[in-house]
Amino acid sequence: MDNPAWLRILPSMENDLIIVGGGLNGPALALAAAQAGFSVTIIDSLPLDTRKRVDFDGRSYALAHASMRLLRGIGIWDGIAKNAQPMLEIKVTDGRAGEGPSPWMMHFDHAEIEEEPMGYLVEDRHLRRAFLDAMAESHKITHLSGETVVAQTHNTAGVTVTLASGAQITGRLLVGCDGRKSGTAERAGIKRTGWGYGQTAVVCAVSHERPHDGIAHQFFMPSGPLAILPLTKNRSSIVWSETDARAAALIAMNDDDFLEALRPAFGSFLGQISLTGARFSYPLGLTLANSFIADRLALVGDAAHGVHPIAGQGLNAGLRDVAALAHVLEESRGRGEDIGSAQTLARYQEWRRFDTTTLALATDTFNRLFSNDNPLLRAARDVGMGMVNAAPGLRRGFIRRAAGLTGDLPRLMQG
Amino acid sequence: MSATNTVDPGEIAKFEAMAAEWWDLKGKFKPLHMMNPVRLDYITSQIAAEFGRDLDQPEPFKGLRILDIGCGGGLLCEPMARLGATVVGADAAERNIPVAKIHAEQSGLEIDYRHTTAEAMAEAGEQFDAVLNMEVVEHVADPQGYLTACQQLMKPGAIHICSTINRNPKSFAMAIVGAEYVMRWLPKGTHEWNKFITPDELFGLIEKAGMTPVDRKGFVFNFAKFTWSISDRDLSVNYVTAATKPA
Repeated sequence: MDNPAWLRILPSMENDLIIVGGGLNGPALALAAAQAGFSVTIIDSLPLDTRKRVDFDGRSYALAHASMRLLRGIGIWDGIAKNAQPMLEIKVTDGRAGEGPSPWMMHFDHAEIEEEPMGYLVEDRHLRRAFLDAMAESHKITHLSGETVVAQTHNTAGVTVTLASGAQITGRLLVGCDGRKSGTAERAGIKRTGWGYGQTAVVCAVSHERPHDGIAHQFFMPSGPLAILPLTKNRSSIVWSETDARAAALIAMNDDDFLEALRPAFGSFLGQISLTGARFSYPLGLTLANSFIADRLALVGDAAHGVHPIAGQGLNAGLRDVAALAHVLEESRGRGEDIGSAQTLARYQEWRRFDTTTLALATDTFNRLFSNDNPLLRAARDVGMGMVNAAPGLRRGFIRRAAGLTGDLPRLMQG
Repeated sequence: MSATNTVDPGEIAKFEAMAAEWWDLKGKFKPLHMMNPVRLDYITSQIAAEFGRDLDQPEPFKGLRILDIGCGGGLLCEPMARLGATVVGADAAERNIPVAKIHAEQSGLEIDYRHTTAEAMAEAGEQFDAVLNMEVVEHVADPQGYLTACQQLMKPGAIHICSTINRNPKSFAMAIVGAEYVMRWLPKGTHEWNKFITPDELFGLIEKAGMTPVDRKGFVFNFAKFTWSISDRDLSVNYVTAATKPA
């Protein structure tokens, strides 16, 4: 049979992947995919100058060991390592302001697992810079900055994305890495489930007199958890979760008043503290996309699952998505399958959905259990923490889980 | 149709009725779509090993000419084309050809689909590096004549991959009672149990056709995981073989 002429007008696809979102997961996926030989266009709504800012703005991330492996796998870890603070121990304490920590505590030491350390603290600016430099070097990646997507359509061959400028880009697969309010998911008609916690995280960095020795601290306060995470030199990153109203007040304060408010919770174990960089606030909430995939579309990171940052697992879960998706796409291509097909995408969703939903519910429960001053609950969690601390097997399990070393590891995270 | 055609006309009619549904993942061909990843894993790894190709590279099968007999809607042809091969898809059911052609064009793939038989192509002197012969041999009237035609289609050093269904009480239960009657995966009457062939019988037919059998594996369905996997030992229901033509 001769093919009718109308069938011949379909263009070949310009890209294997079109990634929407220039935060951290988007560039990580772009690099992972490019390394595997896929052609990628990544669209970032922010201008390049904003992304390139080199001054420390106070934001940083706790990278689990598995996430470090991913960054090493895509070739950017060596550039970051000198600015990364190894996290050697985690101390978890149930504290009430003014009372000091309760005697019951959990202590996790990296020496209990073979892979060391448990993770690393890396400033946002160093991560961003490493991603931008590596993307600029890759001939497989087209990086569009300051461009907004206004429409997306799909057919049997692929997807077409329309930018605000009117330009159109085609690809086999569209990936939404555009955060909790993912426009990519919304345009695909994917609904979300979730709720707010009435809490806001205040994020900043402090310098302190005494060395932190690579120890991360998590205090559970009635209004929300406070994390003190070791940065390079005598500096620490603070993630302070408070009620919305209190957080708004904390953000509005001048530096001296803010430090005055922080001191009772922070304690004096690191000596005198002073602020470095700005303060940021993130309303806390749980948001899960009802599906992580649609026709020729996959969602990655917060676009799929925004969790409570109580365990610092948001970025790590996103990077796990990145590694899993790269793994699935490579496997699919090796078989000759269509990388944007429903079958390929179903494998990605199946791999990630259980894990991320479990994480969402675990952090939710954890937060509800600890952001509470109920004496019974407080007694229960103290006993629980004491038991975990007394049982080496359980403790190792927690450490491996926090290091991202449990479950079915994608190729890029196997080390 | 040529005088040497070994395709049973009754079989063609059965598949013609199903042709339009080929590419619906959740439609009538869902079981084939579910099985396709393991079929592709086996086919790609065998071809890659035979010709020393690296599946982690884009278009690893560039330069290879591959024939898929009983191509249906193109479930194997399209992956082979994506891997860079020059692909001919042949099907004795005429209605499959336009369906497969339309889908390949829509997907931006170039595939030569033909309404023909292995015997007719062999007579025309066509030659291939790999002949895919998946779930066909249990539907032909003369398996020996058919496999001999397949051998004639192979270049010296070419590989032939043939999958089918074993003949024993378990395969009867799984493939006919299970797949056709209980799960309603396949229309009733898709398979006739007496046409099923045991692995030893198939190896015998392949050798008699002038090929050297080199490998056999089972395709096993796991009901708990609802997925297929490849097994070294369990060839009791679905199985696949690889054979080469002496250079």
